[in-house]
Amino acid sequence: MNTESQQVWQPIPEKPPPSLSIGPVGWARKNLFSTPLDIALTVLGLYMIYVVASAILDWAVFNAVWRGTADDCREGSRACWPFIQAKWGQLIYGRYPLEERWRVDATMIIGVLAMIPMLIPAVPFKKVNAIFLFVVYPVIAFFLLLGGRFSLPLVETPLWGGLLVTLVTSIVGIVGSLPLGILLALGRRSDMPVVRMLSIGFIEFWRGIPLITVLFMASVMLPLFLPEGVTLDKLLRCLVGIALFSAAYLAEVVRGGLQAIPRGQYEAANALGLGYWRTMLLIILPQALRLVIPGIVNSFIALLKDTTLVLIVGLFDLLGIIQLSFTDPNWSTPNTANTGYFTAAVMFWCLCFSISRYSQFMERRLQTGHKR
Amino acid sequence: MNTIPQTNGGNYAIEITNMNKWFGSFHVLRDINLQVQQGERIVICGPSGSGKSTLIRCINRLEEHQEGSIIVDGIELSNDLKKIDEIRREVGMCFQHFNLFPHLTILENCTLAPIWVRRMSKTEANEIAMSYLERVKIPDQALKYPGQLSGGQQQRVAIARALCMNPAVMLFDEPTSALDPEMIKEVLDVMVDLAEGGMTMICVTHEMGFARRVANRVIFMDEGQIVEQNEPEAFFTSPRNDRTKLFLSQILGH
Repeated sequence: MNTESQQVWQPIPEKPPPSLSIGPVGWARKNLFSTPLDIALTVLGLYMIYVVASAILDWAVFNAVWRGTADDCREGSRACWPFIQAKWGQLIYGRYPLEERWRVDATMIIGVLAMIPMLIPAVPFKKVNAIFLFVVYPVIAFFLLLGGRFSLPLVETPLWGGLLVTLVTSIVGIVGSLPLGILLALGRRSDMPVVRMLSIGFIEFWRGIPLITVLFMASVMLPLFLPEGVTLDKLLRCLVGIALFSAAYLAEVVRGGLQAIPRGQYEAANALGLGYWRTMLLIILPQALRLVIPGIVNSFIALLKDTTLVLIVGLFDLLGIIQLSFTDPNWSTPNTANTGYFTAAVMFWCLCFSISRYSQFMERRLQTGHKR
Repeated sequence: MNTIPQTNGGNYAIEITNMNKWFGSFHVLRDINLQVQQGERIVICGPSGSGKSTLIRCINRLEEHQEGSIIVDGIELSNDLKKIDEIRREVGMCFQHFNLFPHLTILENCTLAPIWVRRMSKTEANEIAMSYLERVKIPDQALKYPGQLSGGQQQRVAIARALCMNPAVMLFDEPTSALDPEMIKEVLDVMVDLAEGGMTMICVTHEMGFARRVANRVIFMDEGQIVEQNEPEAFFTSPRNDRTKLFLSQILGH
């Protein structure tokens, strides 16, 4: 149709892909049933899931004791939920006095209310929110939980326990260790030899000792070195120990991110006249931290679970208080321990899984579609 | 400040005297002498490894020189961080690989330094950024991220970003070497426009058409030295040095 001298180029129109290769059917064909071995493995896998899941469901739901007393739990192997109901207050508050428990509730509610708008990117006033959450809220929480001021009776930290201690140690650990870890990572890459050596020394020292040792040192050894008459709260000592320990790990995670940022980014920032701190805060860290979100969250989750070790030094976190409640003679049944551990596992899993999901959401959100 | 006596009457934008630089024990720049007038446009070419990029990177202290002096806009480069920052504010730079900040939008890339270094208000910085983005013909991309733009567009953003600081001198380090052939022209057009506006420019580039069209002077470097410099017509038609002839025959011959 075209004249010989002038051809008009026509692209071939797009066609949809063959229907068997897309959608759930295509996915299953490709991933589950592509060869006889695949089919066998798929069937075997499904069978094993069925066996395990049905056993757990039978134990925890269908055959479980839902109402009653310890006597109802003595026979068979089944979850004993009345035990958890009876001990629920302890799981959350530890030995925090009954009439003061509202203070823990208030602290948690204020915290959650301040967190929600912070975690949802679309909500405005992030600056005010952040100042409240990281400056005002810790003060409020401190006085609400500890008391001794503003006509609130003092509740000493040895009375704290359960989920309260787990959350306090892990949140203080996370919030305290991240800035310190970032500073250590920057220090380790610094041009100044003294700063670099100090950072390396700090990181290698804390990474070289087990957390249990840190906690023992904090609770047993440290008081021996303090001058006469100076006492530091045991919980506080553990908090500091955990934060420093975790900071050393975070420092190395963050350093990995810093190393992944190409030199051109530093050069471009320098060429624009940005100094060291502005280059770091505005250009390098936002990119580096985004890169290492998986590693940071990994550390946070490990930290959250490691707080169970405070049991060793006589603080009763969630797991500790559950174990303590096994010794209650009223509830000495064959199913008590299993139910307790199962509950602890579920609660820890919920906490860790929500951190994990939120981090994945943030990772996707911060993705600006680039690779350079 | 008494900076005037060092600047030969004070009208050189850049004055480099007997400058030497080593990478470890490797002597990359040898006895460099270069004066750049206000509004002058210089193209530097030469084989790879000849030290041409290193030379212009010394001008804004991305590289440190060990001997000699570099005076930019009346300010002598030394280890004084304040002076370095002052010079960097006056010298804009474009890189081979653009080096845009991938986590910021195009507009934020352009306003970051004016806001944080020049202490401009956000609205003022936005206005200036948009005017430069219009000048490089991509105002409609302002809210996108660098990763969503083509190479040519990214390099034009990089030029606009540098211009937003209102620099006295612009340095270009092989700005078109990483681009697809289709995109080289759009970047060169912006650079020609800039040159015609009277900007003092030093460009490391192998775009000889660009050199002929806008340069006042073409400099040929090899082995860390300035081998030959001349105004473009004479440089291309009657090079004096054998090394220059060989180089020109290699890049123009095909």
